[in-house]
Amino acid sequence: MLHIINKSPYDRPALDSAIQSGEGAILFTEDGVYAIAKGGTAEAKIKAAFGKFKFYALGPDINARGLSDRVMENISVVDYNGFVDLVAEYKTNQSWL
Amino acid sequence: MKFAILISEGPYTHQASDTAFHFAKAVLAQGHEIFRVFFYHDGVNNATRLTTPPQDDRNIVDRWSKLAQGSELDMVVCVAAAQRRGIVDDGEMKRNGKDATNLAPGFRISGLGQLVEAGIQADRIVVFGD
Amino acid sequence: MTTKKFMFVNRKAPYGTVYAWEALEVVLIAAAFEQDVSLAFLDDGVFQLKKGHQTKDIGVKAFEKTWGALEDYDVTKLYVAQESLAERGLTADDLAVPVEVLSRAEIGKKMEEQDVLLSF
Repeated sequence: MLHIINKSPYDRPALDSAIQSGEGAILFTEDGVYAIAKGGTAEAKIKAAFGKFKFYALGPDINARGLSDRVMENISVVDYNGFVDLVAEYKTNQSWL
Repeated sequence: MKFAILISEGPYTHQASDTAFHFAKAVLAQGHEIFRVFFYHDGVNNATRLTTPPQDDRNIVDRWSKLAQGSELDMVVCVAAAQRRGIVDDGEMKRNGKDATNLAPGFRISGLGQLVEAGIQADRIVVFGD
Repeated sequence: MTTKKFMFVNRKAPYGTVYAWEALEVVLIAAAFEQDVSLAFLDDGVFQLKKGHQTKDIGVKAFEKTWGALEDYDVTKLYVAQESLAERGLTADDLAVPVEVLSRAEIGKKMEEQDVLLSF
């Protein structure tokens, strides 16, 4: 399943909720991209989940927030076309609002 | 592939409408079909033609209207949510005794059945909200 | 009409925001369209089911009774996350209607089985 997370992990528990719900892919959009910034406590949570999820993040949102200088390794940065491809690839998607 | 989009937040306050718009454009650019864009909760506020954003900022309502007009996109505003929030077309104005309409071009007001139908007919449905 | 599996994912508390109520309105329509409807309550969404809503003094319509009405629409699959209940000091006995209490992982599996996942 594709999990779409648009809230910062420091603001909402969406990342925890998604990780506990199964496996598949997690795409960070909007404020969700703060999760993939190196050095925060979200980094360890994401690394611990590498076995269950492929992680993606929306490039335009990373750039908007000035985070392009600190994107974690093993996160695939995609654009809106990549977002569409992910939705097409996975039969179901859940927006963790 | 047929997509459907649910937008649950209004313009400017949340990024939802922006993200949904860029997503919708990418869907169409890749040659997929959008069965319907459905606006619910405060998302109905994307359909008022009375906004005047600053000249140097994006005009969220207009660009949805233009996208619809350029691509036969079906953009539906939930009637119950619209009534609560004051988004009015001719039919609603007459039915509810209002003295004005404000629905922007390219949008139509209809029931929640349209959202359920979109879920049934589309291959993929994506929710943009808060 | 095609029947699809619709799951409504509720993660927000009632009354502080409108999502709980407006989500329920979609549930009733999906049931009227004879879809295979289930509801998942996670995180603060479990608070929506807490018994004893008395909303007179905040001046808003209470919707606790609507949970009981779901059965008339053949909507009986209500899944509640065990972890979310426990974090909030709730048990199934605190809830207004019968539910199936499952782990988050089990609810996650049910989510994977759906055709349509709507979050509010």
